[in-house]
Parts: sequence; structure tokens; C-alpha cells
Amino acid sequence: MSPTNIFAPVSTPAESIVGLSIFVLATTAVVFVVVFGLLAYVVIKFRSRPLDGQREPPQVYGSTQVEMAWTVIPVLIVIALFLASSRVLASIQNAKAPAGALEVIVTGHQYWWEYRYPSLNIVTANELHVPVGVSTFITLLSADTDHSFWVPRLGGKTDLIPNHPNRTWIDPRETGLFLGQCAQYCGTQHAKMLLRVYVDTRQDFDRWVREQQRPAQNGTSAGQRIFESTACINCHTISGTAAAGKFGPDLTHLMTRETIAAGAAPNTREMLHLWISNPDAVKPGSKMPAMGLNDRDVDAITDYLETLR
Amino acid sequence: MSAHSVAWGENASDWRLPPRGRVGMWCLIGAESGIFTIFVVAYLFYTGKSTTGPQPGDVLHAPIFYTICLLASSVTIHLAVRGIAANRMASFGRWWVATILLGATFLLGTAREWIHLIFDEGLTISTNLFGTTYYSLVGLHAFHVTMGLLALSIVAAFYFSGWLRREHADRLEILSMYWHFVDAVWVVVFTVVYVIGLSR
Amino acid sequence: MSTSSLVLTQAQARPLTLRLHGWVTTVDHKRLGILYILYALVFLLAGGVEATIMRVQLIRPHNDFVSPQVFNRMFTMHGTTMIFFVAMPLVFGFANYLVPLMIGARDMAFPRLNAFSFWMTALGGLFLYFSFLGGDGLYGAGGAPDVGWFAYAPLTAKTFSVGHSTDFWTLSLFSSGIGSIGTAINLIATILCMRCPGMTLGKMPLFVWLNLVMAGLVIPTISPLSAAQLMLLVDRYLGGHFFDTQAGGSAVIWMHFFWIFGHPEVYVLVLPAFAFASEIIPVFSRKAIFGYPVMVVATVAIGFISMSVWAHHMFTVGMSAGANTFFVLSTMAIAVPTGIKIFNWLATMWGGKIRYATPMLFCVGFLFQFLIAGLTGVMLAAAPFDWQLANSYFVVAHFHYVIVGAILFCIFGAFYYWCPKVTGKMLDEMLGKLHFWLFFIGFHLTFDFMHIPGILGMPRRIYTYEPGRGWDVWNLIVSIGVIFQAAGVLVFVGNLIWSCFRGKRAGNDPWDAWTLEWSTSSPPPEYNYAVLPIARSRRPLWDLKHPEDPDWRYE
Repeated sequence: MSPTNIFAPVSTPAESIVGLSIFVLATTAVVFVVVFGLLAYVVIKFRSRPLDGQREPPQVYGSTQVEMAWTVIPVLIVIALFLASSRVLASIQNAKAPAGALEVIVTGHQYWWEYRYPSLNIVTANELHVPVGVSTFITLLSADTDHSFWVPRLGGKTDLIPNHPNRTWIDPRETGLFLGQCAQYCGTQHAKMLLRVYVDTRQDFDRWVREQQRPAQNGTSAGQRIFESTACINCHTISGTAAAGKFGPDLTHLMTRETIAAGAAPNTREMLHLWISNPDAVKPGSKMPAMGLNDRDVDAITDYLETLR
Repeated sequence: MSAHSVAWGENASDWRLPPRGRVGMWCLIGAESGIFTIFVVAYLFYTGKSTTGPQPGDVLHAPIFYTICLLASSVTIHLAVRGIAANRMASFGRWWVATILLGATFLLGTAREWIHLIFDEGLTISTNLFGTTYYSLVGLHAFHVTMGLLALSIVAAFYFSGWLRREHADRLEILSMYWHFVDAVWVVVFTVVYVIGLSR
Repeated sequence: MSTSSLVLTQAQARPLTLRLHGWVTTVDHKRLGILYILYALVFLLAGGVEATIMRVQLIRPHNDFVSPQVFNRMFTMHGTTMIFFVAMPLVFGFANYLVPLMIGARDMAFPRLNAFSFWMTALGGLFLYFSFLGGDGLYGAGGAPDVGWFAYAPLTAKTFSVGHSTDFWTLSLFSSGIGSIGTAINLIATILCMRCPGMTLGKMPLFVWLNLVMAGLVIPTISPLSAAQLMLLVDRYLGGHFFDTQAGGSAVIWMHFFWIFGHPEVYVLVLPAFAFASEIIPVFSRKAIFGYPVMVVATVAIGFISMSVWAHHMFTVGMSAGANTFFVLSTMAIAVPTGIKIFNWLATMWGGKIRYATPMLFCVGFLFQFLIAGLTGVMLAAAPFDWQLANSYFVVAHFHYVIVGAILFCIFGAFYYWCPKVTGKMLDEMLGKLHFWLFFIGFHLTFDFMHIPGILGMPRRIYTYEPGRGWDVWNLIVSIGVIFQAAGVLVFVGNLIWSCFRGKRAGNDPWDAWTLEWSTSSPPPEYNYAVLPIARSRRPLWDLKHPEDPDWRYE
């Protein structure tokens, strides 16, 4: 079963949409059967036969009643579909955040996702954690071009447009990992701006929150010294250190994530090493530059990053 | 292999259809109106949204005199076309040249306004949203005035070299439709930039 | 033109250079029509190659047939090419050739404007393809645009689109836009001002009506695009801020401007397809079109409503619920006149004696596929459903169903129907049927199954995809369909070329049809009509062939 099937909803917006879509599909199916039936009938019944000779069939120029019939019925169908759509539209778009809803601010970047939980003082990237059974209301911003947040089993997509904040919401009723990806062409690596939404039990979520709220393990490893003295700190933040860059993902708790490069690669030592020494081998055209460090330095940095739990 | 006529003996002599030059010019005016409409929409949408830089109220002064010149040129071109239609070539010549002079004066006015805005007020097309939308809209219009003046000047050259005849009156009327359009656009631009834009 | 002068011309065939010069400097609507069509066929092959490259890349997940940079250029160029340099020229080419003939005129209203419009369009296409060589140059990069055919801001800003690739997109479309507007002006003036005596607006063939409404639609449709492109140039070269979100500009306003063009544009393409169907279906059913006045009113209604639906391309952008609701209503409303047309075509076939020559096969395919395309359009019009389906392969499947399944099928039918008039030779009927079936199979393999990845969450414009999403087998089937479509198109092009030289002689009226163009020789003389015809009904040749039962008694 596809993990991104729009007909396998686990959250209210996605469920409302499935409800509407069944009505729309049923209606269009009926229309199809009727019109296709007519077409098939006409194509077969009125084909010319060799015994027909040269006589032309009777010429019929029109019929007002028939025209009325096939105008009025479609109008009624349109009205029904319109009313059904408007109702679901309003219920999703005008929903207000209930008390106890979680607020997340998602900022789209080329080609990664930034997540801030203002009430919890958490900043993270690429892997979103939300608690099950609770509404999460999401503000959508963009740091550069247009993006779109689409996790099909949780809800329809909403775009992230610079200078045009948007709002969306989800309320997943099942735990698990839900996949999606950016759905508005944003540049070279649009294809690998993947979404991973972890819907946790209340305890798991609280534990994750505590992990994210801890400051970075500080030390004076060789890796950290190299990290802090190269351009890494211009793009990345590791809280509690000199690294305070905002262009790239926050790395403070990098090891709590299962993937790197917005889902493009698993978070293993080997992939981390490759990503730092040659990003184009993982995600060609991403904004992470090849740092031009020698193997030993990359090893040291990887060692350091592996301490960031 | 002759294309034999498919005739039914109907009386074909009363068949009247609209003149194609006029229809063509109306279509061109329609297309140009579409382009101007988008620039007007952008101007109105961005009114008041500039985050920095000079605002319309600080730097704009309605160019009343130059507007009167341009609108008067519609009157003069109309009189010119009336003249050539009635074979009064001298009258045509006077009014046609007057139209050109009035149009050129309007362009001069636009140039003066822009020089003032750029050098005295520091407003350029890249300064802020107001600068971008203002210069684009007024500039697009000025470009159309320029094209019109070019066409009018070519006609003037024909006139002064003695080639123009009464038979050309119809074509000149079609050209004058373009000129009237350019003036009508100015009425819209003036209202949007100097009336609505300043009132917000 | 008498037979003897024809023989004389052949005996003293002019040198090649003079003949080519004749084509390059022509202002004859028939020659310009042929130039548009040949031009479009060349670009059809280019666009097809671009599509094939994409489908090979997507045949399996994590494929590395082409880099992401090349793939992104492919989908941009494929879309831009097919819309502006294939579909539009085909539509204008057929209109150019047939409209004057059908209304009993000798040429278009403004022959020199006609030539100018063609060359501006041609220049646009050549300039766009020059981008592969220009811009950043050949070495591994090339400068072809890679911003998608709708070039959303701020991706097109100088910051995000370094170099000139976006400018090739902008300037080439600006040039062809001038050509489109010129042709539209010409068509309107021709149809309104140059009909032969007796041919009132209520007596012109539906083909002419549909092209009139198409031309009328081009004027308020292309002009917003041209305006938006001027604004983009101001942003990129004069430091303007029209779409500069850092300075308070709006990315959404580009979308509005683009789609105010983009949506009516698809009606500009589909109305001429309806025009072909409205001529071919009656002739091959041996019946007059059912409900001519209603067809005219429905067409005009479609023209007007189409200008009010544009933001259904922006349902996910974050417009207010009220705005979204309005566009749901207007989009669903346009299904009504469109459905009426389908019913009228069916009613035309009802009670007829249908002959399934190749043109009619393509029109039956059109009816079937346009029905489905319309219904998936209704699904997309239900905005919440669109929040899942937008920007996914469901949408790609839907619009290809319209543009290939409906429009291109009608265009193929038109080729088989009118080629005999243009060249004097019939296209081979067996090759025609082979073309139809190959293409039909390929079309359905590709575009039926393409809906499924969309439903399973696959967005568009991605150069590769993850395994394990359930998309793999569908992408494979979609890619396989390309083989059949390519084969069909090659059979078609081969048929065109072969029949031009060895086809059966067509004569004036090989299909026993009823509109004025069939009263001329095949090909028609340069001046079309030695004596301008006088029209008394909608089907002048029916009246001639059936003097005991002429149409004008019933109209």
C-alpha cells in the first residue's frame, strides 16, 4: 500500500476531502456511464452499411426540448457539486485552532524544511514531530521561492510563498511516520525536498521535545574546532556554540533524525561523510557547497556531528 | 480546373459589411487595453505597499498643463481628419502639425517630470514599488505616445511632400483612432496615478 | 487556373531559389497556413524528444539517465514548445488556410500583417531553441530555461535564475505573442468584414464561428502575458520590484497575471479543435450539425466564462475561502456549455450513416477522450479535492488528456480531412488507420495510467522519485506508452511525405462535403475564387447537390 495515498487518510482534512471526492467521483462516474453509453450506442448503431446506397439520412437541425434537457440536468449537477465543495472548503479553511492545539511554523528553503515550535522553544529541520490525537496548526512561510507542503495522508497541500504567510492544520489519529514532499517546483532539487512527519504518542512526543530543548553537548573536540573555524557556521546553527547561521538546517540535535538532506539520504556515518565532502554526489544542485576539506578533517567533523544528540 | 462560382442568383449588390481597417484598429486597441489594464492593476495593487523610499504624496504633482495639451491634441486631430475628408488640405496640414506639437509637448512634460523625480527626489524604477509601478505605467504610455508621434510625423512628411490626397482620409481616420486611444489611456493613467493613488 | 497553364508551369519549373523566395516572401494565406503547419510539425518532433527524455528518466526510481538540471530544462521546454510552437501554430495555420476559403474570400483582411505575424511566431521558436546554444553555453550546461512553462516568481528573479535562460523564455514568448495578436486581429477582421454575399453570421460554417471566438479570446488572453513579461524584464534588468518579495512585491500577483492568460489560452487551443470536429462529424455522419444556434451560443458562453476561471490553478496558494468558492463555481459552470457541445455532436451522429474513415476515427477518439478529460476537470474544480490533486501527476494526466486526447486527436483528423484539399492528394487510408490505432493505444497506456501516481502522491516536475511509494509500476507503464505514440507519429509523418508525392488524386470534393472550400480545385488556385460565391444557407454545396431539399428551406 502506498504511504502517500490520498485515499488512506488519517487526519480530518484528508478525511473530509476523501468524503467529498467520493461524491464527486460517483457523480462523474454516472455521467461517464450515461454519455459513454450514448457514444458507444451511436457509434455502433448508426454506422453506414453497404446496403445503404446513396440516400442521405433524414436531416435533423435541432430540437429545443432536447437542448433544454441537456442544459438543465448539467446545471443541477453543477449546483450539487458546488454546494458540496463549498461546505468542505469552508470547514477546512475556516477551522479555528482549538485550545491545546500545537503551533508550528514551517519555513521552506531551497531544498529543506525549517520547523519552529514557538511555544516550546524548539528549532529543528526536515523531520516534523507532532503528537497523535491533537490538532497541529501550521504557519507556512518561505525564505526564498515558492514551495508546497504536501503529506497526502494528513491533508491537502498548501503552498509556502515568500511574503505571503499561509495556514494549514492536521490532527492525525494514528501514530506512525507519514511521508510527503515539496509539491511546488522550487529549483534544481525540488524532487528531493522530502517530508517526514512523525506522529508520536504523547509520551514519545514529550520525550522528543525534551531532547530538542536540551542545549548542544558542548566539548572541545577537534571536529568542533574545525566546524567553528570554517564557513560551516555561516549557514548552520548549533545552539550553545559559535555556529549561528540561518541559511541551512539547525544541526543542534542532528542525531535525533533518521535522514539527512531533507530525506535524500539516511543519517549514517557514511552518508554524513559523503554529504560533507561531496554534496553533489547525494543531491546535485543543492545549496550545500563542497567544503574542500581533506579526509581527516571531514572524519573529525563527522565524529563531532555524531555527538549532537 | 476552374473554380466555378457557386451562385444562386441572389442580389449581391446590397451586401454591406463593416470596414476592415476600422475593425482591425478596434482589435489592436483591445489588445493594447489588455496590456495597460494589467499595469494599472499592478499599480493599484501596490499603492501604499512600498516599504521604503519616496511615497506618491511626497513627490507627485499632477501635470495639468501637459494633460490639457494631450487632450487638446485629440480635438486637433479630429479637426485635421475632418479637413482632409472635406478636401481642405491646408486646414488639415495646420491641425495635423498642431497635433504633433501638442503631443511632443506632452512628452516633454513627462521628461521634465521624470528628470525632477530622478535627480531631485531620488525616485527611480528600482527605488521601491511605487517607483517600479509608476515609471512602468507612465513609461508604457509615453512609449505609445512616441509611436503615435512617429506615425503622425510620417504622415506629415507625406503631406509636405505633396503625396497626401483626400482618398487617404479614411486611413487617417483609422490612425486617429489610435491617437484617441492613447489619449483615453492617459485619462485612465492620470486618474489612477494622480487621483486615486494620491488619495490612498 | 486552366489545365494548359498548369502544364506550362510544370514544364518551365522555376529554379529552387526563386521558389523558396516565393515561400519566404509570401503573403498568401494558404502558403502562410502551410508554413505554420510545417513549422509546428518540426517543433512537435522536438517537443516529443523532450517528453521521451523525461519518460526515460522516470521509468524507474533513482534513475540517472539525465541530471536534474537537464530534466528541469526538459519539462520547461516541452511545455513551452508544445503550447506556443506546436499547438498555437497548428491552430493558426489551419485557420489561416481555411477561413478565407470557407467564407468565400480571396485572402485574409491584412495579408502583410499575416506574414509578419507568422515570422514573429517563427522567430520566437527559433530564439527559444537558440537558448540551448546561447546562455551559459554548450559545455554540460546550456542555457535553456528551467523555470517551468509558467515561470513562477520569484524563481525567475535574477537571484534564483542566474544567467539568461529565463530571458530566452520571456523574449521568445513576447515575440510569438505579437504574432498571435496579429493573427487574431486578422481573423476577426476577415470574418467580420470579408464574408461573401449572403453569408450572414448565422450562415457561416461553425468552423468559422469557433475561430472567430478563438481570435476574440486571444486578444484579452495574450495581452496579460505580454504585460507580465514586460514586468519580469523590468525586474530582471532595471531593478524593478514587481515580483520582488523582499521589497514588498507579490509572488502571487505573477500567478494571477499568468493564469489570466494561461486559462483562456487552453480555450484558444480547444475551440479550433471543436471547429474541426464540427465540420468532420457532420460530413462523416451524413447529417447537418445538430443545434447550430445553440452551438454558437455555447461557444460564446465558453469564451466569456473562460475569462473568469483562472484562479482554479491557484487553489493551494492561500486565497480566501470566498475567492476559492467563486472560482469553484465559475469553473464548474463552464462544464455546462461544454457538455452541451458534446451532446450536440452525439445528436449529429444519431440517426446518421457514419463512415469510419480516418478523420472520423480521430473525432470519435476525441469525443471519448474529451468526455473523460472534462470529467477529471470537474474533479479538479472541487477545490478541496484539488488540494490533494493539484501539482500532482493527476493534473498532468488531465491536461494531457485535453491537449493530446482531445485537441491533438482533432488536429490529426483535420490533417486527414483537409490535406487532400491542400495538396490535391489523399493521405493513405491504411497508414492513417495504423497511425490512429498506434497512437490511441500509446495515448491510453500513458495518460490513463498517469492519473494513478497522482492519486498516490506523486508531484509533478520531479526528476526522480523514491522507491516504496507505490509509483514505480505506473511510471513504467506510462513510459512504455511513449513508444506507441512515437510510432504513430512517425507513421503519420511518413504518410504525409509519401502521399504528397504518391497519394491518390483527390479531386475537388473527395469526402462529399458541404462547405465552400470543397467547391474549389485541390489545391485551390492562388486567388481562391474566380467569381465570389453567393451563400444562401449554411451548407452551400448540400443545396447544390440536393436541389429538391435545400437547407435554406429549413434554416
